[in-house]
Amino acid sequence: MKFPYTLKLEKRTDDVPKWLPAATAFGSVIVAFIISGIILKFIGGEPLRVLKFFFSATFGSWGVFSDTLVKATPLIMVGLACAVAFRMKLWNIGAEGQFYMGAFFSSLVVLIPIVPLNSTPKFVVIGLMIVMGMIGGAIWGFIPGYLKAKYQVNEIITTLMLNYIAIYWNNFWIFDKWSDAGFQMTPQFDKVAWLPRLSDLAKEFKAFSGITLHLGIVFGIIAAVIIWWILERSHWGYQIKLIGDNPKAARYAGLNITRNLILVMMLSGALAGLAGMSEISGVVHRLQERISSGYGFTGIIVAWLAKLNPFAVIIVSIVFGALIVAGREIQPSGLAFLLQGIILFMVISSDVLLRYKIYIVRSEKEAA
Amino acid sequence: MNQSPPTNAVEMQNIVIRFPGVLANDNVNLTLKRGEIHALLGENGAGKSTLMNSLAGLYKPVSGTIKVHGEQVSFNSPKDAIAKGIGMVHQHFMLVPTQTVTENILLGLNEPKFFMNMPKYDQKIRDLQDQFGLRVDPTAKIWQLSVGEQQRVEILKTLYRGANILIMDEPTAVLAPQEIDELMDTMKAMVDQGKSIVFISHKLHEVTTVADRLTVLRRGVATAEGIDIEGITGEKLAELMVGRKVIFSVKKKPQVPGDVVLEVMDVSAENNKGVPALKNLSLSVHQGEILGIAGVAGNGQSELAEVITGLRKCSGSIKINGKEVANQEPRKAILSGVSHIPEDRTGVGSAPNMTITENTIMKNYRDDPIGNRWGINFTAAQSHARDLKEAYEILAPSVRTQARKLSGGNLQKVILAREITTNPALMVAMQPTRGLDVGAIESIQHLLLEQRESGTALLLISEELDELLTLSDRIAVIYEGEIVGIIEAEGADINEIGLMMTGTKRSVA
Repeated sequence: MKFPYTLKLEKRTDDVPKWLPAATAFGSVIVAFIISGIILKFIGGEPLRVLKFFFSATFGSWGVFSDTLVKATPLIMVGLACAVAFRMKLWNIGAEGQFYMGAFFSSLVVLIPIVPLNSTPKFVVIGLMIVMGMIGGAIWGFIPGYLKAKYQVNEIITTLMLNYIAIYWNNFWIFDKWSDAGFQMTPQFDKVAWLPRLSDLAKEFKAFSGITLHLGIVFGIIAAVIIWWILERSHWGYQIKLIGDNPKAARYAGLNITRNLILVMMLSGALAGLAGMSEISGVVHRLQERISSGYGFTGIIVAWLAKLNPFAVIIVSIVFGALIVAGREIQPSGLAFLLQGIILFMVISSDVLLRYKIYIVRSEKEAA
Repeated sequence: MNQSPPTNAVEMQNIVIRFPGVLANDNVNLTLKRGEIHALLGENGAGKSTLMNSLAGLYKPVSGTIKVHGEQVSFNSPKDAIAKGIGMVHQHFMLVPTQTVTENILLGLNEPKFFMNMPKYDQKIRDLQDQFGLRVDPTAKIWQLSVGEQQRVEILKTLYRGANILIMDEPTAVLAPQEIDELMDTMKAMVDQGKSIVFISHKLHEVTTVADRLTVLRRGVATAEGIDIEGITGEKLAELMVGRKVIFSVKKKPQVPGDVVLEVMDVSAENNKGVPALKNLSLSVHQGEILGIAGVAGNGQSELAEVITGLRKCSGSIKINGKEVANQEPRKAILSGVSHIPEDRTGVGSAPNMTITENTIMKNYRDDPIGNRWGINFTAAQSHARDLKEAYEILAPSVRTQARKLSGGNLQKVILAREITTNPALMVAMQPTRGLDVGAIESIQHLLLEQRESGTALLLISEELDELLTLSDRIAVIYEGEIVGIIEAEGADINEIGLMMTGTKRSVA
């Protein structure tokens, strides 16, 4: 007996409809949830209850939703960092290190201190921290960018290795110079260096008490808008895309590839550095060990799932923020990672739908 | 039913293949007799490759029947076609550069089973080579081979898999003249030993030399089905292909050249391997003049185009309208008014995953009205692309279509459209019509002549002598990086050019 229908894949020769990429991405997430549910059922869980709990623990109230957004904030900026570099087919997997350098450089404002903390207005301190954080990340992006541009050193290796240098550089300072009574952390920053939170307004609006959402998310959204404009509407974005698609054509068209390579790595690093700044100024309020729970690496997945679209990065970051929050709440906590893995798998496989048309056709009757 | 083997290797009847919005093949019949070379002609996009891909198991026809050796077949994958002895040599090679010839041929087969006794297989492949005259060292790595040798590996691959029906998709498009002759000999050797060949080509004289019968497709419909090659003229074939009489002698108007635009003086440069490719080369091109560069491939033509457009370093002096551009960034050359039709359309001239719009603005994205100070107005860019699509008759679903989905001729029109709209002072065109069909060649040649009439200086580098003689005002022959002679195209003697191309005679005009 032969199955009466077969799938037929046909290469697309026409244009992909504009709505299709978003639809397949969304569909993939739904399918990923269904598959996870089936696995959960299989191991004796109750998928619907878990699903319900998943939503109530991440989107169920303003409090938990704020937690989700707080986790999403660094992911947005790191996701953008990766998206910018990946557009040019520069495989920057050093966002983690750039994140740490951003955190370190912005901490210098408080720890040296660069400005007298008790007499400088908050917006100046924060502004300085933003600039320093972005410079820190940009330096960490410049190094692999320069090495690649001048000596063709593979950026995957250099960015990966620089991650460890950044983390241990950070450790040196918090274990030794700035250690708070021997703990692996600096003393808590002066409040002037804290990003404003919604809970600061609790006196005026009762609803905001305990809401830890901080200004960093606004940085993320502004960054997304700017990056979108750069990538989709500017000369530079066009150049980035052209170099990424065909460097030979780019050189033929008169572009300066060396300069662009360094600049894009610096922009990518600066965005990751901004994420580091936002995290220490908005959440932990001190420089310490493990300020990142692998945001730099999750950012790679975020950028990829968002198909390198800056606005999609925001949405994907919120989903991943929810997964991080849910991972703390749901036991076994590996469930969130399972779901993460399946989502990634589904989204990547869904590319088949963009490249091929799929038909279901009746199988030929076998000749006797 | 008689039991003697049928005389037809392949019978394709009433084949219909449909793509979204396109009827690629409309009731096409093709009969391939055993032991013949059957030419399949047609313009780009006429449906030749589609028809053959359906025979090779890549597409499934909507309707129609395919019989192989008298037996009706239905292929679900190329594997099924290979099992029936059908092998296809694609235009783009599918080889692993770092592996040897033998390894590439064995790739995907179920042998060797476990022990890699390569010498045994090397010998098997040598035997196969002797049989058909396909010389290539089995132990050589693919990256060490020339394009012609790589093609032989592709042919050996199909032969090793037991193919007795070979489909060759424009095999000569990538070959140098002497390699073409060798390929023709191989094809004849193969049919002598009972193989049958479908030969897809654009080049009329090749078809008439090698093929026995031919089928012509035009827009998915067969305009000639299996007619004998005897007595067919080039004009007749061209008419069948494009449906109207082609003027082979594209007429150029007499014109007096103006001032010197390009002046190359004592330029020397090395190729990618560090070997001198240009040796103290000097030439000049005037306004409204086409200077043709003739020569056998690999005598420095690519390097000459690259030093002028700023893509390669050199010594000596290159002046555009009196301004030195040698060793400058490519952008300097573009700003000095140099436009460039590169030899490699897909690898250099376009960005495959970007849209037609994005490909047309590659050089003017900064300029009004498409570009402003920092940004690009994509609405203006799109309407610019739409204008070009219409003016240059670029066939594509829309300007949002990715460049890689275009046929060679349409992609070349995109590139040409882009290069012409920059109003160049000098246009460097390298092999602008290579691999294109008759209709596209004609329109591209017309566009080049229009450029000449509007006063552009053109440097035309081509391996097609006919093309050079038709279009050029003067022809310079390049041999081993030197100009060995410059002659007037009017009344030029082909034999004289041929002798210079092989480096035997020098003359200066």
